[in-house]
Amino acid sequence: MGELRDLYQEVILDHSKRPRNFGDLAGANRRAEGYNPLCGDRETVYVRLEDDVLKDVGFRGAGCAISTASASMMTESLKGRTRAEAEALFERFHDLITGRDGESKTERPDLGKLAVFSGVREFPIRVKCATLPWHTLKAALAGEEKTVSTELTEGPKAESGGAA
Amino acid sequence: MSTTAPIREAVPGTERRSRLDVEALRRDFPILARTVHGKPLVYLDNAASTQKPTPVIEAVADMYRNYYGNIHRGVHELSVAATDAYEAAREKARAFVNAAEAREIVFVRGTTEGINLVAQTFGRQRVGENDEIIITALEHHSNIVPWQLLCEEKKAHLKILPIDRSGEVRIEELERLITPRTRIVSVAHVSNALGTLVPVQRIVEIAHGRGVPVLVDGAQAVPRLRVDVRAIGCDFYTFSAHKMYGSTGVGVLYGRSELLDEMPPYQGGGDMISSVTFEKTTWNVLPYKFEAGTPNIVGAIGFGTAIDYLSKIGIDNVNAHEEQLLDYATRTLSAIPGLNVIGTAREKIGVLSFTLDHVHPHDVGTVLDQEGIAIRTGHHCAQPVMEFFGIPATARASLALYNTRQEIDALAEGIRKVQRMFR
Repeated sequence: MGELRDLYQEVILDHSKRPRNFGDLAGANRRAEGYNPLCGDRETVYVRLEDDVLKDVGFRGAGCAISTASASMMTESLKGRTRAEAEALFERFHDLITGRDGESKTERPDLGKLAVFSGVREFPIRVKCATLPWHTLKAALAGEEKTVSTELTEGPKAESGGAA
Repeated sequence: MSTTAPIREAVPGTERRSRLDVEALRRDFPILARTVHGKPLVYLDNAASTQKPTPVIEAVADMYRNYYGNIHRGVHELSVAATDAYEAAREKARAFVNAAEAREIVFVRGTTEGINLVAQTFGRQRVGENDEIIITALEHHSNIVPWQLLCEEKKAHLKILPIDRSGEVRIEELERLITPRTRIVSVAHVSNALGTLVPVQRIVEIAHGRGVPVLVDGAQAVPRLRVDVRAIGCDFYTFSAHKMYGSTGVGVLYGRSELLDEMPPYQGGGDMISSVTFEKTTWNVLPYKFEAGTPNIVGAIGFGTAIDYLSKIGIDNVNAHEEQLLDYATRTLSAIPGLNVIGTAREKIGVLSFTLDHVHPHDVGTVLDQEGIAIRTGHHCAQPVMEFFGIPATARASLALYNTRQEIDALAEGIRKVQRMFR
């Protein structure tokens, strides 16, 4: 198990306390809901997509430090990128936090500041927190109506839905 | 921090002193000696499941080693020994909750199955279109969803007895809520999310006064409270072994024999029949009518040993110990600025739910885990309770007979560390 400071790095704590691009996004033409009921994390991701470019990205909602910081830093990282670039970045981010980064031989986008999330890989039950905004973004870009949840799809199931 | 050693949990001036030698009891639980992330384990997730004492672990191993066989089957020695032990466990469970007869004790997988059994047999028999079922606003999902399934099937209605801001059931509303169409009232004895002790005896009086039967979900009560199903007067009472120091996958449904006799079987299979032809099958007698297939034999035997263990310590002693510890924990944690206790009922046992300003419960849980402290975070399978309090989740510390004041102090120190980190 990793150190707490690797998980809760200063940059992550900063974004969780003062999330960027937070609130309704003027001119958004794509949006999707993300909700992890076991945790209670709920986020709405907004995108203004023009000619396949993410001109602007924002979010609102409430969640743990990891999901809030991930959403905040995701919005910063994606502005101005094409849809394909955004998806490639998510793929690399996902590999980073699940400990699979470095396996791919192909050229990959630079993670930039998102690299601070590397500590998540030592806390597998928190992978679902870090990826909630990204999966929600993907749904927004795909125009999916259904609420996104990462509780059953990411990492070991954090909590039983049955035990009291 | 207690200053006496060996530790005897006692508050000078209180009338009900705990007589537990907690340090000695802790040695009965091998897992409590381990460390987690390099820190001594502080296990405060007992409402989810308790740890197991050596006698229970040994009883399970002993059966597998020495006398394992299927029950109610063969004439051979092992089957006979296994059957005797299994039925002895049933008798222990009967005595523990003071049921009138062992045939009123049905072994099930746990509380959840106990409630589903009643909903799918008694409920399907008695509930029709536009009939009503009453539960309270503090129920665990396991006492909500089985009734929703039944209501959907029968086009019946689920009505909710509300709670107040302290987490107490507004029992004065029950008279108004019951109508001639009410077919069953199903309530938790102790709330798993808030710790509220629900006055089930009073609920039974009111419901029976109107001719309505009552099921009590005793999952959180039986491990920490003397339960007498006949004094409560309920029609059904159900609880799980794993929350009272026993094995997983086994529990008890108590039902009054007149009701159990009239109910159709829950599942079909071996052991629940007296004879089978392709034309007609006749049901076995109680309780076997409700125990289709090979049950959790070893689990039931471990359960019996857990009941022996608890009886020897004395459930009233456990209750007094947990009461004092909850009081200490409530005082200690309430003194932390920015900490909000969720659930402040006058009568509470075993459970302390809380939130911290500006910190999500999941982050609290992760930081505490690194300190070796196991608590539960999330909605505790009681999402309507979270909704009532307008919060997504809580952190929950829940107690057992082996917890100490030092562990509560460690929890408080851990919480202060969380606050420093997220300040």
